[in-house]
Amino acid sequence: MADQDQDPGRELLRQGAEARVYKTTVDGRAAVAKQRFSKGYRHPELDRKLTRGRLNQEARSLRRCREHGVRAPEVLRVDKDSATLYVEFVEGPTLKEWIVATSSDEAGEARLMAAAGRALHHMHQHNIIHGDLTTSNMIVGRDSELTLIDFGLSQVSGSVEDKAVDLYVLERAFISTHPDSERLFAGVLEAYARDDAARAVLRRLEDVRQRGRKRDMSG
Amino acid sequence: MGGGEPRTIIALGLEGSANKLGVGIVKHVYADGVPPSAELRPEVVELANVRDTYNPPPGEGFLPRDVAAHHRETIMPLLKQALAEAGLAPRDLDCICYTKGPGMGAPLQAVALVARTLAQLWDLPLVGVNHCVGHIEMGRAITGADNPIVLYVSGGNTQVIAYSQQTYRIFGETLDSAIGNCLDRFARVLKLPNDPSPGYNIEQYAKRGTKYIELPYTVKGMDVSLGGILTFVERLAKTEPEKHTPEDLCYSLQETMFAMLVEITERAMAHVGSQEVLIVGGVGCNLRLQEMMAQMAAERGGKVFATDMRYCIDNGIMIAQAGALAFARGFATPIEDSWVTQRFRTDQVHVDWRT
Repeated sequence: MADQDQDPGRELLRQGAEARVYKTTVDGRAAVAKQRFSKGYRHPELDRKLTRGRLNQEARSLRRCREHGVRAPEVLRVDKDSATLYVEFVEGPTLKEWIVATSSDEAGEARLMAAAGRALHHMHQHNIIHGDLTTSNMIVGRDSELTLIDFGLSQVSGSVEDKAVDLYVLERAFISTHPDSERLFAGVLEAYARDDAARAVLRRLEDVRQRGRKRDMSG
Repeated sequence: MGGGEPRTIIALGLEGSANKLGVGIVKHVYADGVPPSAELRPEVVELANVRDTYNPPPGEGFLPRDVAAHHRETIMPLLKQALAEAGLAPRDLDCICYTKGPGMGAPLQAVALVARTLAQLWDLPLVGVNHCVGHIEMGRAITGADNPIVLYVSGGNTQVIAYSQQTYRIFGETLDSAIGNCLDRFARVLKLPNDPSPGYNIEQYAKRGTKYIELPYTVKGMDVSLGGILTFVERLAKTEPEKHTPEDLCYSLQETMFAMLVEITERAMAHVGSQEVLIVGGVGCNLRLQEMMAQMAAERGGKVFATDMRYCIDNGIMIAQAGALAFARGFATPIEDSWVTQRFRTDQVHVDWRT
């Protein structure tokens, strides 16, 4: 089933851990096709549940983002048979690519970290938890605003804990990807702390970090 | 490289951070001397690796005080056994390596006390070793995996680790309980024996399971959350024991938790572009986990490395192995710094024997 709808015009952009991402067109518009594949190592029932669940959840969360004005690609089509999600193609480098390519532009960097903080605040304000925040899941636009992508692990939740863990996942991605991550991530948090609700999330983030440090026990 | 004075290091390793007490002796041979800047790749000869495990009765976990008492009672005979197997006298040793942490306080202290005493008695340098780094270095030495993504799974740890810039960096880990702790706790709910280990008995039950019961599945980025699954499955076992067999519960628990671990390991491989996985730690003995990991690796053209019970379960030689590498680089722990610590993160160690 995976290969039946092979579009000869589509071009493989990248192969991730659980999906192949192609550039293609939908009704004449530049689009990205994200095709999830099944994993032989997991139980077939669990595999079906995860593949379907993540396909649907990604489409749902992207729509929810756009309803609330959070920058995310428009959903163009969901093809359940081939587990493929078609979304609008967003032009621009990922935040990771941008940071690696422009390491000396501190002002530009600060602007983008603030943009990331604002985007995450906006997303959390509408109870969307991304679930897999990394600097590879943010696309830098010409206007220095960020578009969030890859919502396969997302959920809808108003819980302070879920939002704090969302930020913690991003912090760990920063640490494992970028030197000088502390300064960069501090810029994200500063822009995130826009209201009392956000400050409550940041206080909880401190707890989540502490748990991480205390957890390391006997072997 | 080459042309240096040949050098041999014989290291004694003492490990007792949890309920296993291990004594190991390893010999590292540098035929061309210790290279000053290249990665250390000595010829590794295992001279002894003996172990004694403290098992509480079924349905009970182990208490630090009882474990420490076990280690105190067992360490002298075990040490003599290791020296006898190696055919060595104390004067043949070059250093005494011991586990500085992480682990349970009282057992760590009991073993460190012996290490300190031996070092002064035999006039040998002490080398404090991070337990997790011991697992990684032993796994690399045994399997020949060069630069793998490491899944470290045990009673107290669940981490996905990648090496970068002389540090073993933690890419992903559990947000709450460790995998081995979850399996042990569930074994206690089912009153499975603690001998040879609760996890081993879960694995045997799981082999006879046939029905997959849906359990929560929580992956966040490269981290996992395991506590919720345990609570869920405990409730099933306690409130509806007639609806599910223990075999099916063990099977479903393993299938779900291991799938999560394999998923985050694969994400780390994709993230750093690695094709190798090394599984270390006590839960790494689980053949179903090894099989699932191998399947994932094969699907992406990679390879999985795992060790057997001698090395994946806590042991003394892994402490000797990591300690001897640090010692070759000139590292030693002064007596006044020879304390132990319950918290000692993998990424706090400066791995100066690699480049």
